[in-house]
Amino acid sequence: MDLIIEGIIKAFWLLVSFDPEVLGITLLSIKVSGTATLISLVIGISVGASVALTRFPGRSIVVSLINTGMALPPVVVGLFVTISLWRNGPLGFLGILYTPLAMIVAQAVIATPIVTGISLAAVQQLPAKLRLQILALGATRRQMVWILIKEAKLSLLAAIMAGFGGVISEVGASIMVGGNIKGYSRVLTTATVMETGRGNFDVAIALSIILLLLAYLINLVLTQVQQRERPR
Amino acid sequence: MKRFWITSLLFIGVIALVAGGSSQAQAQNKSVILATTTSTQDSGLLDILIPIFEKDTGYFVKTIAVGSGQAMAMGQKGEADVLLVHSPAAEKKFMEEGFGVERRLVMHNDFVIAGPAEDPARIKGLKSATEALKKIAAARALFLSRGDNSGTHAKEKAVWKAAGVQSEGQKWYQETGLGMGQTLNVAGEKKGYTLTDRGTYLALAKTLKLDILVEGDAVLLNIYHVMEVNPQKWPKVNIEAAKAFADFMVSAKAQDVIKTFGVDKFGSPLFFPDAGKTVENLGK
Repeated sequence: MDLIIEGIIKAFWLLVSFDPEVLGITLLSIKVSGTATLISLVIGISVGASVALTRFPGRSIVVSLINTGMALPPVVVGLFVTISLWRNGPLGFLGILYTPLAMIVAQAVIATPIVTGISLAAVQQLPAKLRLQILALGATRRQMVWILIKEAKLSLLAAIMAGFGGVISEVGASIMVGGNIKGYSRVLTTATVMETGRGNFDVAIALSIILLLLAYLINLVLTQVQQRERPR
Repeated sequence: MKRFWITSLLFIGVIALVAGGSSQAQAQNKSVILATTTSTQDSGLLDILIPIFEKDTGYFVKTIAVGSGQAMAMGQKGEADVLLVHSPAAEKKFMEEGFGVERRLVMHNDFVIAGPAEDPARIKGLKSATEALKKIAAARALFLSRGDNSGTHAKEKAVWKAAGVQSEGQKWYQETGLGMGQTLNVAGEKKGYTLTDRGTYLALAKTLKLDILVEGDAVLLNIYHVMEVNPQKWPKVNIEAAKAFADFMVSAKAQDVIKTFGVDKFGSPLFFPDAGKTVENLGK
């Protein structure tokens, strides 16, 4: 119990003193996970909406693959991304293993199926007649898709939250492809693992609290946006 | 309506950018991948040595802290430039197979057997590590092994072998598969014995409920070597940087840091600098 209180006090001090190392770690977490989420949104919403609005042979197989991808274990992603990015691996020429960029790639791979799956469900559950109505009013196909995406926005915000929440809290892939390098690729989760190993439980607890605060603040803002518009 | 949608996207974009800060990938020939053991990172030694090296040479060190076994596997695949490890038998094999360029002695400390104060197997104060393990086995007392092919795990297996005990597969013998710090925490919580390097033990001692029970046996020496990965096997290895790092580790500057590291915090040094010595003369 003392340890938890010590940790909370430590977290408070690290926050108010703007400890440069902790600040750097926190900003890198936001940057890596934010960028990965952005990438996953672009890919996920496009693919999700396309699959939701089209019918093709083998569609149910594709949908179940996407849904399985939502449960993709981060360590599995980490392993395959690491092997691909090895110097002597297939993508070794990029030379990005053990960089924040590699972490963005891995996290985007984790977040994309999550965003895709939720977007797919969101667009699909819109009333089918809505599509006919929009087209009947003279919209082009592209305009129709855009309107449908806007109609599904409440669910899509949930997709952003799930995607971001999935990657900001993930440690397995980040530590494998980023290497937890001090001042370079160390993020909140990997630093927490390391400080636990070092027996610095107060720092580890402090980092966890910062991570929770961060996740809370971001979700708070997104929830505000989401709840401002009541479902009709 | 549209504004709402744009603001939410912008928001994500802004938080990604606010973090800003350019952590551009360093030029490849200026960065060097150091594969090392968790003990050098968890003790905090590298946090002091690496900034000095980076400042002196301009290289950027990417430290990947894994077990010695994994570090050498990375070297064998050409995925690391230089290794700082403590698994002598495996290192010799690594050199014989031509994966390394040079293997130089850097420092040593020692392994100790830590366990609960109650000491159910009554090993406290024994002079022989093999004797202690035999007693633990006879008492069927819980023993926590790293189980991760690290240097510590290799040493532990060697001592079990010397004790003539088949420990693997026994109920009282559990493998954590974790780093040294975490394994010590597990041992502390479960009141088990474990073999640990002294540095990590001291770094964690304040929160651990474990005592040092056996120490000082010559077989418990923990010796660290630095090895550059052979660029003839793997052309992408940054041999200039690797050599610069290895030279630095045995330089007077680094050896001085090693000599005093930990004294202010623990009252005694965590590592003893050994550059230029031979393994046979250690601990004498």
